[in-house]
Amino acid sequence: MKDQLHFLARQAATGMMSRREFMGRAAALGLTAAAANTLLSSKVMAAGPQKGGTIRVGLQGGSTTDSLDPALATNQVALSVIRLWGESLVELADDGGIQGKVAESFSASADARVWTFKIRQGITFSNGKSVTAEDVVQTMDRHSGEDTKSGALGIMRGIKNVSGEGDTVTIELDTPNADLPYLLADYHLAIQPGGGKDDPSAAIGTGPYVLKEADMGVRFVAEKNPNYWGDLGNAETIEYIVINDNTARVAALQSGQVDMIDRVPPRTAKLVGRAPGINLHTTSGPGHYVFIMHCDTDPFANNDVRMALKYGINRQEMVDKILNGFGSVGNDTPINASYPLYTEFEQREYDPDKAMFHLKKSGYDGEILLRTSDNSFPGAPDAAALFQQSCAGAGIKLNVKREPNDGYWSEVWNKQPFCTSYWGGRPTQDQMFTTAYLSSADWNDTRFNSEQFDQLLLAARAELDTAKRTQMYADMSTILRDEGGLICPMFNDFVDATSDRLAGWVEDAKGFALMNSYAPHRMWVKA
Amino acid sequence: MPLIVKLLVQRIALGLFLLLLVSALIFAGTIILPGDVAQSILGQSATPEALANLRAELGLNEPALQRYFSWLGGLMQGDLGTALTSGRDIGESIAQRLSNTLFLAFWAAIVAVPLAIFLGLLAVRYRERWPDKAISGVTLASISIPEFLIGYVLMFFFGVKMGWFYPTAAAFRPDAPLLDKLDAIALPVATLTLVVLAHMMRMTRAAILNVMQSAYIETAELKGLNSFQVIYRHAFPNAIAPIVNVVMLNLAYLVVGVVVIEVVFVYPGMGQYLVDSVSKRDVPVVQACGIIFAAVYIGLNMIADIVAILSNPRLRHPK
Repeated sequence: MKDQLHFLARQAATGMMSRREFMGRAAALGLTAAAANTLLSSKVMAAGPQKGGTIRVGLQGGSTTDSLDPALATNQVALSVIRLWGESLVELADDGGIQGKVAESFSASADARVWTFKIRQGITFSNGKSVTAEDVVQTMDRHSGEDTKSGALGIMRGIKNVSGEGDTVTIELDTPNADLPYLLADYHLAIQPGGGKDDPSAAIGTGPYVLKEADMGVRFVAEKNPNYWGDLGNAETIEYIVINDNTARVAALQSGQVDMIDRVPPRTAKLVGRAPGINLHTTSGPGHYVFIMHCDTDPFANNDVRMALKYGINRQEMVDKILNGFGSVGNDTPINASYPLYTEFEQREYDPDKAMFHLKKSGYDGEILLRTSDNSFPGAPDAAALFQQSCAGAGIKLNVKREPNDGYWSEVWNKQPFCTSYWGGRPTQDQMFTTAYLSSADWNDTRFNSEQFDQLLLAARAELDTAKRTQMYADMSTILRDEGGLICPMFNDFVDATSDRLAGWVEDAKGFALMNSYAPHRMWVKA
Repeated sequence: MPLIVKLLVQRIALGLFLLLLVSALIFAGTIILPGDVAQSILGQSATPEALANLRAELGLNEPALQRYFSWLGGLMQGDLGTALTSGRDIGESIAQRLSNTLFLAFWAAIVAVPLAIFLGLLAVRYRERWPDKAISGVTLASISIPEFLIGYVLMFFFGVKMGWFYPTAAAFRPDAPLLDKLDAIALPVATLTLVVLAHMMRMTRAAILNVMQSAYIETAELKGLNSFQVIYRHAFPNAIAPIVNVVMLNLAYLVVGVVVIEVVFVYPGMGQYLVDSVSKRDVPVVQACGIIFAAVYIGLNMIADIVAILSNPRLRHPK
């Protein structure tokens, strides 16, 4: 029977039998649906990628006002488009490590202050020009100049000098940083000819596809780059269609108008996953939904008030009701198991008695105002209402104020002392802490100021011994958890879906939505 | 025809004056909105330096009044300016978007207007009997349901379940053959038709019923005219004005009010462009879209006014 099953699975995988037929026959042979599915997908992978065809992807987040200039990319669609035509020096790998792209290899000086990147030989931009160290130097320069508008400016600020000679690029830093390659994997830093200074929106790079059509906020079409150096890219044509409306995006997938969508709404995800011909994919990532308190503003300046609120939130309830189970509980630090140097520590639970104890100790008995809006994260007003209820159980009077979506990020977030928000997360602890918890960070949205924390962060950057660094990051997480202004009840999974037409989804790859936005390149149309 | 010329000149001058007022109102509105374009472009990734650089580059540090008048000056010469966010020419971007919106509105009107008037006449013919009640019931129900919900329901049944049409208009290409384009916009057109049908149908029914009950119709019948002549020579000319009025109002809605439909069906028209630009505080684009919408609205209402005057001898030949 086993041989027969494998024969059937191979037939299904190579397209000689429909998936539904295979599932039916497998059931007749006494196999459960789940087991049949697993067997089928392993056969599909084993059959190997098929080249050619068109993959259509429905994406959320694009806007008419977007630009093709990678420096100005801020949303999922802009990022996905850069992934088509461009490449950074390096990129995240499936295991959370770093793989070379434009740079073939890299190395650091013993103190992690000077880094050298060796440019891959013989690769060309899509306009036929070969890639030189000078192109890399100019790209870095465009993102770090005094008058740049680049979203990567924060990353570039720690870089003292970039110089190129022959096929190597040398980057000197102000202070040591063992995580520099992770920073340079940033999608804004796609290498462009001459740094893209002449025409930043030309969309010319070294990527596996060449952009053929671009209608901002509507549609992008790219064709396989025949001169691409690597083996990335199976479909001949990739088409991105911007479908911001959740219902329309799901309908487009179900009707076959697109083959792949991102951000399936958690509320309907289980139903979507049960629909025939649709495969649901969840990726646990570093993204999290938060309640942020300003540590320098009363009453949150008192750590006992912060602790009372941290004990007053029911994390599991949030994961069950707000994420519908598509996520995991948080522990009041922005770090979870998706980070490379993660140490697990004791989970904080909902504890009304402890919350009451801390509130009494603080001496504060007034009301606490929490601001929220629909766009601060999906379901934020509902989460605020749940928080209000669980706080009431601990005698904390929480008032919820609903703010308009429009202007929330400029008027409420990072301005008001207590509000709901979200973080997409970063690939490394250093980047996450530097972005939002270092006392001098631009987006220190909790106004957190701990000398010990800042010192540990700088020390960890220069530490090349992994065990010691891991310990330092664990200590920092503990400081944030017990003193910080962050209440992090949940980490949200990325939920994507693909149709049966496609194969090749890689389970458990580290990173962000849609296999770090490489799913359209790495999946293929089944023959 | 000196009177008609005078009338046209008067109306057009009034329309232009209204447009000027609208432009000032829109500008004031965009100033009142919280946050600015630099903040919106950079979003959560804004650093103070990047913000300052972008503001300076976009000319946001100049006083609002100066920005308004320099924009108005450009507009007079037909220059809509460049978008703050993408740096593209607004005139070019809008031309394609506007023609898409007009295409959708045109086909929705082609379906909706004759259908509404036909259903209105049918309702008059079978007044107070079941066809009248059925038509009124269905059209009133469809106008009462939020348009996005109608869109979702059509999408679900005709797009996903039956597979007759594309669930979204994402397959729409401005340069595709006409039949392909119509296929792509079938569901948005159906939704729009359901939304505007009731208003026009009810108005047609009411206007004709109103006229049919007048004394002069009775007189016309009594002097022996057949029913065709009664409707053609006496009832119809007197019902034109209110019908044209409501038709124009709904045509204006088909152009101006399709924002929700365009967003739901992913149709690349003016509405989607406007929504994106408002959320990014791209003031010149918002201004340009606002002016065009206002011009369409004022223009169509003007036509309705003029038709109403021309169709009424008492207004055409004042004492």
